Amino acid sequence: MTVQEERTTATSAAWEGFVPGPWCDTVDVRDFIQRNYTPYTGDGTFLAGPTERTTALWARLSAMFPAEREKGVYDVSYDVPAGITAHEPGYIDSASEIIVGLQTDAPLKRAIMPNGGWRMVEGALDTYGYPVDQDLKKVFTEYRKTHNQGVFDVYPPNVRAARSSHVVTGLPDAYGRGRIIGDYRRVALYGVDELIAAKKLDKLTLDVEPFSESVVRAREEHAEQIRALGELKEMAASYGVDISGPARTATEAVQWLYFGFLGAVKEQNGAAMSLGRTSTFLDVFIERDLAAGRLTEAQAQEVMDDFVIKLRIVRFLRTPEYDALFSGDPTWVTETIGGMGTDGRTLVTKNSFRMLQTLYNLGPAPEPNMTVFWTADLPQGFKDFCSQVSIDTSAVQYESDDEIRAAWGDDAGIACCVSPMAIGKQMQFFGARVNLAKTLLYAINGGRDEVSGKQVSPAVAPVPEGQPLDYDDVRARFDKTMDWLAATYVEALNCIHWSHDKYAYERLEMALHDKEVLRTMACGIAGLSVATDSLSAIRYATVMPVFDDRGVVVDYVTEGDYPAYGNDDDRADEIAVELVESFMAKVRTHKMYRDALPTQSVLTITSNVVYGKATGNTPDGRRAGEPFSPGANPMNGRDTHGMLASALSVAKLPYADAQDGISLTNTIVPSGLGRTRQEQITNLSGLLDASFGSGGYHMNVNVLVRETLEDAMEHPENYPQLTIRVSGYAVNFVRLTREQQLDVLARTFHGAI
Amino acid sequence: MTTCPVPLDAPTVRRAGAGLRGLATTDVERSERLDLMRSGALGSVHSWELVTAVDGPGTRMTVFLSGCPLRCVYCHNPDTLAMKDGGPVLADDLLARIERYRGIFGATGGGITLSGGEVLMQPAFAARILRGAKERGVHTCLDTSGFLGANATDEMLDDTDLVLLDIKSGDEETYQHVTGRPLAPTLAFGRRLAERGVPVWIRFVLVPGLTDDPRNVELVAEHAAAIEAVRPGTVQRVEVLPFHQMARDKWAELGRTYELEGTEPPTAEATEAVREVFRSHGLTTY
Repeated sequence: MTVQEERTTATSAAWEGFVPGPWCDTVDVRDFIQRNYTPYTGDGTFLAGPTERTTALWARLSAMFPAEREKGVYDVSYDVPAGITAHEPGYIDSASEIIVGLQTDAPLKRAIMPNGGWRMVEGALDTYGYPVDQDLKKVFTEYRKTHNQGVFDVYPPNVRAARSSHVVTGLPDAYGRGRIIGDYRRVALYGVDELIAAKKLDKLTLDVEPFSESVVRAREEHAEQIRALGELKEMAASYGVDISGPARTATEAVQWLYFGFLGAVKEQNGAAMSLGRTSTFLDVFIERDLAAGRLTEAQAQEVMDDFVIKLRIVRFLRTPEYDALFSGDPTWVTETIGGMGTDGRTLVTKNSFRMLQTLYNLGPAPEPNMTVFWTADLPQGFKDFCSQVSIDTSAVQYESDDEIRAAWGDDAGIACCVSPMAIGKQMQFFGARVNLAKTLLYAINGGRDEVSGKQVSPAVAPVPEGQPLDYDDVRARFDKTMDWLAATYVEALNCIHWSHDKYAYERLEMALHDKEVLRTMACGIAGLSVATDSLSAIRYATVMPVFDDRGVVVDYVTEGDYPAYGNDDDRADEIAVELVESFMAKVRTHKMYRDALPTQSVLTITSNVVYGKATGNTPDGRRAGEPFSPGANPMNGRDTHGMLASALSVAKLPYADAQDGISLTNTIVPSGLGRTRQEQITNLSGLLDASFGSGGYHMNVNVLVRETLEDAMEHPENYPQLTIRVSGYAVNFVRLTREQQLDVLARTFHGAI
Repeated sequence: MTTCPVPLDAPTVRRAGAGLRGLATTDVERSERLDLMRSGALGSVHSWELVTAVDGPGTRMTVFLSGCPLRCVYCHNPDTLAMKDGGPVLADDLLARIERYRGIFGATGGGITLSGGEVLMQPAFAARILRGAKERGVHTCLDTSGFLGANATDEMLDDTDLVLLDIKSGDEETYQHVTGRPLAPTLAFGRRLAERGVPVWIRFVLVPGLTDDPRNVELVAEHAAAIEAVRPGTVQRVEVLPFHQMARDKWAELGRTYELEGTEPPTAEATEAVREVFRSHGLTTY
């Protein structure tokens, strides 16, 4: 028997009971899922609670969290540069863990990842009081160039100026770009040896292609990918697990898949390290074991719970400046759940429920970032279970299954918050975002920064003094400034990704992709609502510019009412639509690194606060330094016609011109959804149907519990649009006096409204 | 149809306020406005909102009409009291927006709710909207004190799927004190709704020191039970709404004297006890 035949025998044993198809001959996880999965149209009554083991293990970890929160980090592996095989095996409790593997040799111990940039590492070590290893410093400053250094070698001065004035912001030029999802399922379905063999074959085809820079780059990347896969096997072996062949059981499938993901987060500290779309894939293995009597429901849930425990403790070492941009120590281990297949069958399985059930078994948590692909066609039992979980935990976000399936197929997943991509076939060059509100101020000021007074964009005469702003004039100026912005921004992104590919290439994540990958250049805009309302004010009210002694417009006197974005009022909403379309059109005119497909998002995550801080007074009446609304949300307090009217305004933004996603965050109190629990569930499902049915792309649903309102009193900036409804009357919670807030608190949680 | 006991008052022309965004307001002459209002082609509207679970089933477009014949001391929408303060909105424009939300009403099991102010101050306008909504297959709901129930024609009630009937007190004297008006028209309207088979949700606002006297509460429950007795199944639910202080600023802004400046909301226990009174009459109560 040859080696090849031996492997085939082992593989066919592992695949026993699976319906064969093209997936057996080429790497094609989607084909495997489609031929083998069992759609589930029932409800959540089959689900199992946590086992004693799960509860004890989680309690052990939970006891470590307060110390971590207090200090900012629990521990740091400060002298070992991260890598797939850099650390010895680590355990939470080796005797009771079902799924094993940690980023370093101990739970919550963070690794240093200097390939992104040494400054970030040194800054973080200083912040948290860890020594800086001088030998390492020498390596990464003298001998080994980092991504950060590479970027600044190639940034032109106009990019530097735009960057330091905060009109172009949050760029991944000092940290890992992330938002690349390895198809970790491949590790479980095929085993690492098959994946290496396939990559070697791909490389052979590259070896015979004539020279071009892209061919040589691809050869080198394939060599790196193959090396990374070898290290992945080695890392698993250090835990006593051989992942060279396919997983044979459900537990192995989870373990194999997790090792793939673990390899990625051991080596890369990308801003978002998302998981993909794994639950339904894993369900195939679980169903097979359940049918064979090798697994009970309680055991299946226990494996998923253990998996999720691991996903919850992914940690990266970051600096306070980074945290200011993306607060709350996020890792965006996003898992995509649900949706419909192109053949009309639902992709919901029992394991979609089990994944959500972990929020009960382990309690609510932001990670993994549970993301449900919603469409009216989903089975009612699943819809209602999602709504119930949202009401109980606020830990689920929703994306439009119809939009994503139409654009990227039915095996797409979300990276980070709203960025969709076909798993294993598509990646993005993360581009953070530009500040559109500040750009409008540049347009008014002839290119001078309203805070520093410096000339940033090309100089033109500012708006005339002593007369109200003229809409057509300002819009024309804005258009020109956006031309400059798009050019500068794309230039910055091209520099960044050129450098990231060279100095911090995601070799393992890309090893879990096809040879030919669709790359998108994911641009983004922040401050859309501020820019929209400002233009609406200029158009429908009277806005007088106020100049200071430097000749810079620093304030506006706005008289009269104007239609505000967020009220399903077409007059304002069409301005927002036009801004999205026109900026995208401008971006598209530029050449992209690696011929990437340009896209954009309307997303800020938590950086809306930082962008607001860097932006002066705006014509909509917003004061200098005040936070922007998050993502595509209307400005706080200006959406006065209810949550759904607000969502309908956002739903008008065209997905075709914002293919990297449009983010909307909503907050509801449970009693605002109905008198009884059943009524609340039905009403939330109805709201989601209505919102996505009207062209909505995304909705973050917060259903508040008492603690959240209390937190909102302490940190109002995090709750810009928390609305409390009292029959026929709505109030913005953070605008209430403390006394009134206490009143609402008492009312919401002790009595019905 | 009985004549309207409160005269129509045309709204002042003004720029659409924040509450009317997305709805066109018209700028016809005052004399013409009154004619249009009498015919129901024009209404005085305070604001609209898309709301869930508070003004009837599902997600609803609640339209607050301006003008109210009562002067409730606990009014939480005192800015809707005067008809002249509303925005002039054509029925056709409002119906166009209702049309726009048909899909949403379908997806959420919702519809429209005409509220106020007092919707029956503008019966011709309300009738047009209700008819237009029914023609579009939209579920309709009236949120009313019932004091002007006589203004509702039978045809109008045929176009009404649900009435939220606010019984502000059970005891005649208390009712007079709370609203400045008599109780009888409300009860007569409730009986009429039952006779015609229009489903009703009864609402009662519990205000400490004003409406919480046990005898008053018991009487409200008895009135509700009496309506239910006319045709069992009429009173689908009772909602006991605890008084809140969130309208205090609105009263201050309007420069009106607010009697309940120092009144505290009822405790959860007190509210629950009042709900029990209704339940003891066999009524489903929240």
